[in-house]
Amino acid sequence: MSGPLLRVEDLVVRLPIEGRMGTVVDRVSIEVAAGETVALVGESGAGKSMIGRAIGRLLPPGAEVDGTLEFGGMEVAAMDRRALRRYRGEEVGFVFQDPRASINPVRRIDDFLIEALVTNRGRARGDARREVSELLVEVGIGDPERRLRQYPHELSGGLLQRVMIASVLAMRPQLIIADEPTTALDVTTQSEVMAILAEMQQRLGIAILLITHDLELAAAVCRRTAVLYAGTLVEERASARLEADPLHPYSAALLTSRPSLASASERLSVIRGRPLSALEAPPGCPFAGRCSYVKPICEESRPTLRPLADGRVACVRAEELRGAVWPLAEVELQGAEGG
Amino acid sequence: MAEALLEIGELRKVFPGHHGAEDLVAVDGVSFELLEGESVAVVGESGSGKTTVARMIVGLERATSGRLVVCGRERGGRRARPGERQRRGRDVQMVFQDPYLSLDRRQSVESGILEILDLHFRLTESERGARLAELIDQVGFDRRKAAAKPARLSGGERQRVSIARALAARPRLVILDEAVAALDVSIQAQILNLLADIRQQTNVSYLFVSHDLAVVRQVSDRVLVMRDGQIVERGATETVFRQPGEEYTRSLLECAPRPGWKPKRRIRVQS
Repeated sequence: MSGPLLRVEDLVVRLPIEGRMGTVVDRVSIEVAAGETVALVGESGAGKSMIGRAIGRLLPPGAEVDGTLEFGGMEVAAMDRRALRRYRGEEVGFVFQDPRASINPVRRIDDFLIEALVTNRGRARGDARREVSELLVEVGIGDPERRLRQYPHELSGGLLQRVMIASVLAMRPQLIIADEPTTALDVTTQSEVMAILAEMQQRLGIAILLITHDLELAAAVCRRTAVLYAGTLVEERASARLEADPLHPYSAALLTSRPSLASASERLSVIRGRPLSALEAPPGCPFAGRCSYVKPICEESRPTLRPLADGRVACVRAEELRGAVWPLAEVELQGAEGG
Repeated sequence: MAEALLEIGELRKVFPGHHGAEDLVAVDGVSFELLEGESVAVVGESGSGKTTVARMIVGLERATSGRLVVCGRERGGRRARPGERQRRGRDVQMVFQDPYLSLDRRQSVESGILEILDLHFRLTESERGARLAELIDQVGFDRRKAAAKPARLSGGERQRVSIARALAARPRLVILDEAVAALDVSIQAQILNLLADIRQQTNVSYLFVSHDLAVVRQVSDRVLVMRDGQIVERGATETVFRQPGEEYTRSLLECAPRPGWKPKRRIRVQS
C-alpha cells in the first residue's frame, strides 16, 4: 500500500444542537502514516474528539459528515457492516478517557478480553486466555490470573485503562486512536500508560493518533502535532519544532499559558476571553477575538492552512510574527546576539 | 511574626471498613502550620489523603484524632452550633474542582453572592449592592451576566463565581481543592493570575490542594508532599522543586510532562 494509513481531507462534522445543525469540525485535513505518532491538541470546543469519533464512525446519531475519510485507501463511509466491524475491531483500536464507559461493568475482565479474541480472531478459548494473560503482563499488570477473575469495579482507573489498552493490543491494530487516555489518571500512572503506548508503537509499529488538551504531553509522545481551535486546524508541525518555534499565535499562547515546572513566574501570560467552538467562531480567523496580534485583515476572511517552515499554519501574519509570538525564541535570539 | 491560621498536629482520619473490610487510614499523623498571608500547597496522588485533610479543616469531615486549630479556635469533635459555623465561614472558605456541583443551579449569580453576604454581614441596601459589584469585578466576571443561572455560564465563569462566593465572607483562608484542574489551559492561566491578584489585594491565605505540580509551583510559597496519608516531604516550593529530598518527590517530578520529557515505565509491575 502506498500513501498514508489514515487520510482525512476537508472533514466537516455537523451535529444537531438545540434543534438545528451546527458545525463542530470545519474542513480539517490531516494524515497519519503507518507507524507514525500524531497528536491533535485543543481546548474545549476545538472539535478534537469529534474528529476521533468521525474516524471511527462513532459519532452520535443525527451527525452529518462531509469530506474524505480513508483508511488504507478504503473510504470509511463506504464500508458495509462486515468491513466496518473488521475496521473497528481489528484495524483501528480506540482508547477513551473513561475506560469504565467502554467496559461492561457486569462482566469479568476475562470475559471482556477473551471474547473479542474468540469472536474476531477465531482463537480457541484456552489460547485466548494465555494470550490475554501475557498482554496484561506487558501493560504492567502483575498477577494477571487474579485480575482476569475480577470485575471492572474492583480495579482502579489506572489498572482499568491498562486493561483497555491490552484489549486494543490483542487485536494487533494498525492504528490506535487515544482520546485523552490519561486525563483522569495520576501523573505517575499517566507516565506509565504513555510509556506503554510509545513502546507498542516502537515495537509493533502501531500508528497512534493522540487526542489531548496537553501540548507538552503531545510533544513528548508524538512526532507531529496538530493544533485545533474552534473546529479548525491552525498549525501542524513536527512536535519539537512547535514547542521551540510556534508559528500560530494561538499555539504560542497555549505554550506560555501553562505554568512551568522549571520556574514560577510573577504572572502567567494569558489569552483573553475563552475558547470558542466552531459554532461560535466568526467568519474570519476564529482566534482573532483573542489574539494579541490581530489586524483588520484577520477578520476579513478565514485564513487558509498553508505550508510554512516545514509545517502548515493558518495565520496571515505568521512570517512577520515568527519569533515575536514566542518569548523563548526572543530570549534565545538575544542570547545568540550577545554571545 | 505572622499569626498561624492553621495549627495541625498529628491529625488522623480513619474511615471504618464496612462488611468486614479493613479500616482505611486516609490521613495518618499529619502536622503543619499555615501562617497569615501564606500560600501553601498540598500535593499528592489520588488516595494520598490531601483532600481529606482539606475537608477536615473546613469541617466537612471529623478528625478521628489529633489537634486542629483554625484561626485560633480549636475544632472539637462535637457538631458545631449555627453561630459557631457562621464564624467558621468567616475564617475559612473552600472552592471545589467542579462548580457545577458546588453552585445551586436554580440560583442566579448575584443572589448566590448576596446570600453569603446576608449570612455573614448586616449591610444596608446600598452597601450590599456596592459589595456585590466589588466582588463581581474582583473576580473578573462580566456584570451583565449577574442575573444568569450557572447553566448559562462557561466553566471558567462558573469558577469565577465560586471564588466570588468564597470571598464574600471575607475569609482569612481559602482552601482550593483542585480548583483549576477542570479548566481549559487558557482559562486556568486567567484564574491563577486572578488568585495571585486577590491575594495581593486582600492578604488572604491559600491552602492549595492539587495533583498538578506545575500549578503548585506557580501558586505556592511552601509545599507539603503527601503519600498514603502522610507528609513525606515539606519545604519552600522553590527548594523542593529544585532539590527534592525524597525519592517519591523526585519520581513525581519525573513523571510530569515538560519540554524534552519522555514517559518512562517503572521497573516494578503493579499487582
